[in-house]
Amino acid sequence: MLNYVLSRLLTFVPTFIGVTLISFAFIRVLPGDPIIVMAGERGLTEERYAELSEQFGFDRPIIAQFWEYFTGVLQGDLGTSFVTKRPVWDEFFSLFPATLELSICAMIFAVALGLPAGVIAAVNRGKFFDRALMSTALIGYSMPIFWWALLLIIVFSGNLQWTPVSGRIDLIYYFPNPTGFMLIDSIASGQSGAFTSAVRHLILPTIVLGTIPLAVIARQTRSAMLEVLGEDYIRTARAKGMSPGRINGIHALRNALIPVITVIGLSVGTLLAGAILTETIFSWPGIGKWMVDSIFRRDYPVVQGGLLLIAVMVMIVNLTVDMLYGVINPKIRKR
Amino acid sequence: MAEVAATTADPTQRPNRLSEFWFYFRENRGAVFGLWIFGIFAFLALFGPWIAPHDATTQFRDATLQPPVWQEGGNWTYPLGTDPLGRDMLSRLIIGARFSFFVGIVVVSIAATGGILVGLIAGFAPKWVDSIIMRIMDIILAFPSLLLALVLVAILGPSLTNAMIAIAIVLQPHYVRLTRASVLSERQKDYVTSARVAGAGIGRLMFVTVLPNCLAPIIVQAALSFSTAILDAAALGFLGMGAQPPTPEWGTMLAEAREFILRAWWVVTFPGLAILITVLAINLMGDGLRDALDPKLKRS
Repeated sequence: MLNYVLSRLLTFVPTFIGVTLISFAFIRVLPGDPIIVMAGERGLTEERYAELSEQFGFDRPIIAQFWEYFTGVLQGDLGTSFVTKRPVWDEFFSLFPATLELSICAMIFAVALGLPAGVIAAVNRGKFFDRALMSTALIGYSMPIFWWALLLIIVFSGNLQWTPVSGRIDLIYYFPNPTGFMLIDSIASGQSGAFTSAVRHLILPTIVLGTIPLAVIARQTRSAMLEVLGEDYIRTARAKGMSPGRINGIHALRNALIPVITVIGLSVGTLLAGAILTETIFSWPGIGKWMVDSIFRRDYPVVQGGLLLIAVMVMIVNLTVDMLYGVINPKIRKR
Repeated sequence: MAEVAATTADPTQRPNRLSEFWFYFRENRGAVFGLWIFGIFAFLALFGPWIAPHDATTQFRDATLQPPVWQEGGNWTYPLGTDPLGRDMLSRLIIGARFSFFVGIVVVSIAATGGILVGLIAGFAPKWVDSIIMRIMDIILAFPSLLLALVLVAILGPSLTNAMIAIAIVLQPHYVRLTRASVLSERQKDYVTSARVAGAGIGRLMFVTVLPNCLAPIIVQAALSFSTAILDAAALGFLGMGAQPPTPEWGTMLAEAREFILRAWWVVTFPGLAILITVLAINLMGDGLRDALDPKLKRS
């Protein structure tokens, strides 16, 4: 087991260096001189240009620049935003809770509906329920989520006026945000109505972001369940006279969960990609919207740092899933 | 199954691969339905300009935001209504099919050709080359695909062509992994050894002996990435980084329609519906292809 963990960790190192290299290289090949972009309409003198170029290290050889960037990254220094003049690291972690809160809610939504849907479909294989559920799942899987978001806004915010269109909470509420999670902070603030407001703001983005993971989880659960339901030990359990609820719910589902957990873990990347669209549409102040805004503003240090942090996060999650997989399923370690 | 039965009946005749494929594909009614829709989509993409009632970019200034025909105020001149600039929705949707179809074809061709080549090399090359290639693919896969495509388009400049290149780069690693995995398992088999003993060179081994036996999962992947490509291109268009207005690309149309979302439901609903139906049809087909081509995954 230790060998397995070590070998997985070892592959992490070159990937990390590569990811840093790529996010570094992107900025150097972007069209437009970053310094001139930063100066904006005012323009700047030649001396000032040279000064800034020296300040950012653009006048030095590319290898030296990379080395400096890389050692900076290892010390948690990702540079400073051109626009807000704040360190990228600080910006990322002040916005990250918003994305995390939304992603967690979306994942809970997806698992809470996807798992039972998959189990019900598998147990009723070929029957009406199975077909209805799986057709719905396929539609969810094929959904352009940016359009789905607009439709939900038309119906629930426009026609029914149930939910707000954007933001995390109504502007009338103001309280300190120590954890960054609006749901927790709104309860801690003790203001009446704040929590409800936060929940109402969360509903639509959660549904939109959770739709594709929901469909994937339902499909994966169904096929994993079908595979498990054909096993001998399930037949034995049935022959013993065990109740179908217990067989399906405990014996079968437990073993079917292994591939499902992998899928859940691997959908972190999907969630982050979905967050880009969801957060842009709902003006959700998280890292997805932050990245899109920075790309449009040509805020290079932010694009570079954000890209790197997101990639590292995906890598860490994937690594964890890989290792968990090894823990749950001993067969895989021998490979 | 059918192959075994057929060979015992007439050992000299192998069953026609295409008819065998069709036999299994036909069993999945959803897949056949998807194929029909895809056929219509392809037809519209090819013959759109001759079918569309109006030109896709002509602005009928006296008929802006006209509702569809079945709603009060709509008429048959513009069956699905008009957009804020008075352009006919139906014509724009029909012409839009070309862009999505084109995106799908180009992206899948680039990603699959590149991915298969690199995958074959990784599968056949010495271990250190293989390791390097796979680490590079891990690096690409570490970035969420849409984010990577977005940054690539920002670098290359927003346009449909650049969006296609970016999406192809992002989808490529899946083909590499898939090809390499099948090559590694096929390479162990006796028929490959015997081909090598018979003196087949590395090129022949790669492309003639092994590759045809690895194609089934790759074809399934191609179908699935066709729909991913359409979705991602539409998402990029929606974010303003794909096809640029006035191109009637479906994602771009949605982005343009966003501010009218509460006033004119049809300018938002139809382009998205077009994307959904197309992607759904391709995914249905993909499921059928998987059932028909990949016996291991059959009946799951």
